[in-house]
Amino acid sequence: MSEDEGAAGEAPGAPIPAVETVGLTRRFGTLTAVDALTLSVPRATIFGLLGPNGAGKTTTLKMLTTLLPPSAGTARVSGLDVVAQPREVRREIGYVPQLVSAEGALTAWENLMVFARLHGVPRRERDERVRQALEMIGLAEASGVIVKKFSGGMIRRLEIAQAIIHRPSVLLLDEPTVGLDPVARRTVWEHVRELRELLGTTVLLTTHYMEEADELCDAVAILHRGRMAALGPPAQLKAQVGEGATLDDVFAHHTGNALDTGGTYREVARTRRTARRLG
Amino acid sequence: MKSPELAGPPAASAEGARPGASTRDGHPQGILGAVAAFAEQALTIAWAETRKLRRDSTEIFTRAVQPVLWLGIFGVIMGRARAIPTGPVGYLDFLVPGILAQSVLFVAIFYGISLIWERDLGILHKYLASPAYRTALVAGKAASAGIRALLQAVIVGLVAVLMGAHLRLSPLPLLGSAVFIVLGAAVFSTFSLAVACVVKTRERFMGIGQLLTMPLFFASNAIYPLSLMPRGLQVLSRGNPLTYQVDALRALMIEGGQSVTGLGLDLAVELGVLLVLVAVAARLYPTTVN
Repeated sequence: MSEDEGAAGEAPGAPIPAVETVGLTRRFGTLTAVDALTLSVPRATIFGLLGPNGAGKTTTLKMLTTLLPPSAGTARVSGLDVVAQPREVRREIGYVPQLVSAEGALTAWENLMVFARLHGVPRRERDERVRQALEMIGLAEASGVIVKKFSGGMIRRLEIAQAIIHRPSVLLLDEPTVGLDPVARRTVWEHVRELRELLGTTVLLTTHYMEEADELCDAVAILHRGRMAALGPPAQLKAQVGEGATLDDVFAHHTGNALDTGGTYREVARTRRTARRLG
Repeated sequence: MKSPELAGPPAASAEGARPGASTRDGHPQGILGAVAAFAEQALTIAWAETRKLRRDSTEIFTRAVQPVLWLGIFGVIMGRARAIPTGPVGYLDFLVPGILAQSVLFVAIFYGISLIWERDLGILHKYLASPAYRTALVAGKAASAGIRALLQAVIVGLVAVLMGAHLRLSPLPLLGSAVFIVLGAAVFSTFSLAVACVVKTRERFMGIGQLLTMPLFFASNAIYPLSLMPRGLQVLSRGNPLTYQVDALRALMIEGGQSVTGLGLDLAVELGVLLVLVAVAARLYPTTVN
């Protein structure tokens, strides 16, 4: 293992976390969307940011993907600073936004080829890489089909394939199963697990489904109004609250049962729009 | 389903813990690598756009209706009236490059709507989270607007020939015309992208697009020569990139056509404005997803 080679300037011996934030803060005017978030995601884990609309999950992801500069604090992906080394960070990550992000007027193959080329996958490897990604995500048969004709679950899977075509070390998924039916949701979960197992990809996802966090994540951070309310493996968090507790109980315990507070009109509208497009 | 090669040594295994691991995809380093990457990325965007266009090609034909009306009605009547002095060339010949440039302008100026559409979906977010240069994303869009404009120009050109306009159909003038058609489309589509980044909603964008087209068209030499304009309008027209595009097209496309401003200046203005607009739009691009 080369984990302890470390980057210059890092503490020797300590593995570099896949994602690390220290006091990460983002303000919009007077609203503090993300408030001094400090967390560390070990490599090859599935980590969930859990919280209702408006908890600051998407804003956190946008900062990690370099789309939004932080107001304060730092964020590193694979040891690379999102402000100082944005291009290097973008090479390390795969990103699936909450919104529908596959191009409906192109085929699945074309959608993947665009990202293979933008990421500089060498010409002689591209066809093979696209084929592998399609196969891995179970869309090999639909390669030449226009994405408009896809179901919501297929679109999500294609988007994940787009995000892994360059073999990123960290995959960031924003509400990956919003708007999907239970079967499609399970399929997405299986593919996420498979990615971690086969490729060692670290997966950081946001969700407001307690069930999803419970099933899929090795560890979760519960966000509430931009602050971290709790952090740990789901089982541990549940045990702390009491016998037979669910993640819902954990959430209520830490936030004072505030599951449906927060969330601006715009955020709610966006979630519903995504759900409608996929559903 | 899990084919064995997937379990092979991937770039993103635990060894990826080294920042900037050398196994990562990407173009070679250095200036040449950067230029190659830029070209590849811009071509990729243009490729995707033209693939989309191929599946909805009816638009190109519907766009041909307006130029046909301008040439067939306005051109014929004004030509008959001999109201506009156009020197040695007839009015129809004079009008063809102007209407060609106008039809390209009218399409390009609304090009930014596609950016707003991509932003409302999450497509733009993903482009911006990729290592592609922002300038390449913009340049790719501009290039695809250019390709679209060429298809349109072929149709308008055919109509003009059928109506008896005297076009120069030898290779060099055609090539020169194509360059200026692509440049004009690139300039106004990039302008449109920059506007889209600022206004952010479809409704406002459509309003502004409508607002811009007519002044750009009338404050230019598209349908009457610069020499005919009152002084104020002449000054405005000389600040309008459309004027230089039309001037060049007139010199290149038409039998006996003359440049007023000079082909060298025409090219310099179009290229200069394009470079500035690409830089501006690339700066504004990331603000659209916040």
